[in-house]
Amino acid sequence: MSALTPERGLNALREQIDAPVASFFSSCVHCGLCAEVCLFYTETGDPQYTPIHKLELLRRIWFREFTLPGRIASLFGLAKKVTDDDLTKWERLVYDSCTMCGRCSLACPVGNDIAYMIRKMREGMVASGHAPVELMGAAKRALTLGGPMGDLLPALKADLRRAEREIGFEIPLNKQGADYMVILSAQETAEYPEIIPAMARIFKQAGISWTISTDSFEATNVGLQIGSGDIARTLVRRIVETAEGLGVKYVVSPECGHAYQALRWEGPNLIGRQYDFEVVHIIELLKQFKKDGRLKTKGKHKPKVTFHDPCQLTRRGGILGEPRDLLAGVAENFIEMEDPGGWNWCCGGGGGVGANERAEDLRFRVFRRKKRQLDDVRPDEIVTMCAYCHHTLEEGLEEYDMDIPVKSLTELLAEYLEEDEEPAAQPESGGDEQ
Amino acid sequence: MSESGMDLLLWAKGPGFQIAVVLFLLGMAMRLVEVLALGRKTMIAPAKGDPVSSGLRTIFSRSVPAPHIMQKRPIVVVGGYIFHIAFFVCLLFFVPHILLFKQGFGLSWPGLPSPVIEAFAITGLLSLVVVLICRMRQPVRRFLSTYDDYLAWILTFLPLLTGFLTVNRLGLSYTMVLALHILSVELLLALAPFTKLTHFVTTVFARYYNGAINGRKGAPS
Repeated sequence: MSALTPERGLNALREQIDAPVASFFSSCVHCGLCAEVCLFYTETGDPQYTPIHKLELLRRIWFREFTLPGRIASLFGLAKKVTDDDLTKWERLVYDSCTMCGRCSLACPVGNDIAYMIRKMREGMVASGHAPVELMGAAKRALTLGGPMGDLLPALKADLRRAEREIGFEIPLNKQGADYMVILSAQETAEYPEIIPAMARIFKQAGISWTISTDSFEATNVGLQIGSGDIARTLVRRIVETAEGLGVKYVVSPECGHAYQALRWEGPNLIGRQYDFEVVHIIELLKQFKKDGRLKTKGKHKPKVTFHDPCQLTRRGGILGEPRDLLAGVAENFIEMEDPGGWNWCCGGGGGVGANERAEDLRFRVFRRKKRQLDDVRPDEIVTMCAYCHHTLEEGLEEYDMDIPVKSLTELLAEYLEEDEEPAAQPESGGDEQ
Repeated sequence: MSESGMDLLLWAKGPGFQIAVVLFLLGMAMRLVEVLALGRKTMIAPAKGDPVSSGLRTIFSRSVPAPHIMQKRPIVVVGGYIFHIAFFVCLLFFVPHILLFKQGFGLSWPGLPSPVIEAFAITGLLSLVVVLICRMRQPVRRFLSTYDDYLAWILTFLPLLTGFLTVNRLGLSYTMVLALHILSVELLLALAPFTKLTHFVTTVFARYYNGAINGRKGAPS
């Protein structure tokens, strides 16, 4: 990678300006309503966190270079330039105080898709060398070692062995010609490996042919989080090449928000073509199984559960009805938080914010929004479908001394699976890592 | 006074009007070309929803405020609605304006009685004053505001004010206030393409793009 310089960053920003961006900036009337729906503003009351303000540097470049009034103004020195100091200042606004949750994009009265522009602005930030050090590190590890947390293959192998002991059958690895290839987020491999036996049991019941590739099992796309199309492309290509090599029909995107955005929506544009397979999110797949009568559950989950919508999967990803439909099948006491579905409030950790240590105090502060939502409905458990939301929720709950377990939707369904044969054993703890 | 007012009125109705209309049309056309000529990438990922219908729907549906916004910022939301409605009612339903449209485009429609229009004008003026105070006092709006916001405010306030004065002269010369009214409209037309007032057209595109980008994923917009 060539040197990261302010000029390179400005060029990257110029390249990002398209007709939607120009129409958005031309339409902004500075009404400030985007602030009222952004948890970074509502929980701090600090106007600098107004979403449209986070895009000021991109707007300046657009105004100076892409509009006649701006070009005239800059002739007279009246249109502000973007300096290296500005980039330094905005780094915190663009990375620490925005999860790209897109609530502002849904609320803006003139229709500005602000999250779409934050994604673009991060391209300029990263190219100028103004991205958080943790995300830079994660990107480097992803490129050189295979994943944002490093090489997780030993951990995966341990997870698989544990899972196989629990379920009593083998998990197919590197199986040529399987129909489905499952990939996992780093958070799942490292922190929530229970998802593997849960999926294996569901897939067994559904009778599908599936596999995990030890060459490419990492779904997390730090390129999307840091805002680098180049990095995102490399990571997407790895999955695509492996999946096409195995000849699978589907790649199952895991319970992870940005992974789905990267592979399902941005990926084909990044590599410049359609894939030879389809991308299906695990929850979409489970919904399909249920519809086809291939996901059979028995019994009902008694505790009062609520559902946390991961922004990249619901509001920004279009997976809205599926989780609720699946929950309705097993959860007896389901309760919605205020503003469910498309209007959900972000957990505060997405878009790289959770990995950014500098942002930790702010992240806990804005978690108060989720805390209030939870305090209102007082659930016994929280169900979600993104491992990173899961992680962020647990951290936030811990911070505020709230004792509410968080569960993955796939795991909850697997708990109530109607099985032909008895599952082999209870999950074992420890003993077999690495 | 009336003589100079008459000169001004004649200039405003003649060359002034022509200059303003040309600037407005050329300016807006150029701004639109600046936006649309940039184009956008074709999305390769197979769609989950229909981008076009979502985009078209969003052009209209975005006029509905987001949940809780009305309670949180009633002045911004209600003030915004009232101002826009009042401005366009005065523009489109005042009988002398309709006569102008008939002369210009050959189209006409029924107008509203003058007292009704006056009530709308006063409401519009008051709402503009209220949203201006709100802009200057509330931290987020004050923080975001630039010269463009205040210029756009003046450009929209003046036609309503001078229009009201043309009907209720309050001792001023009719010729003069009418000239000032027409000039204020011409100023609005001439400068609109170079201010945030372009939003009156670009919003349609912004809403469409937002609806299309998200609708394609089956996501809400």
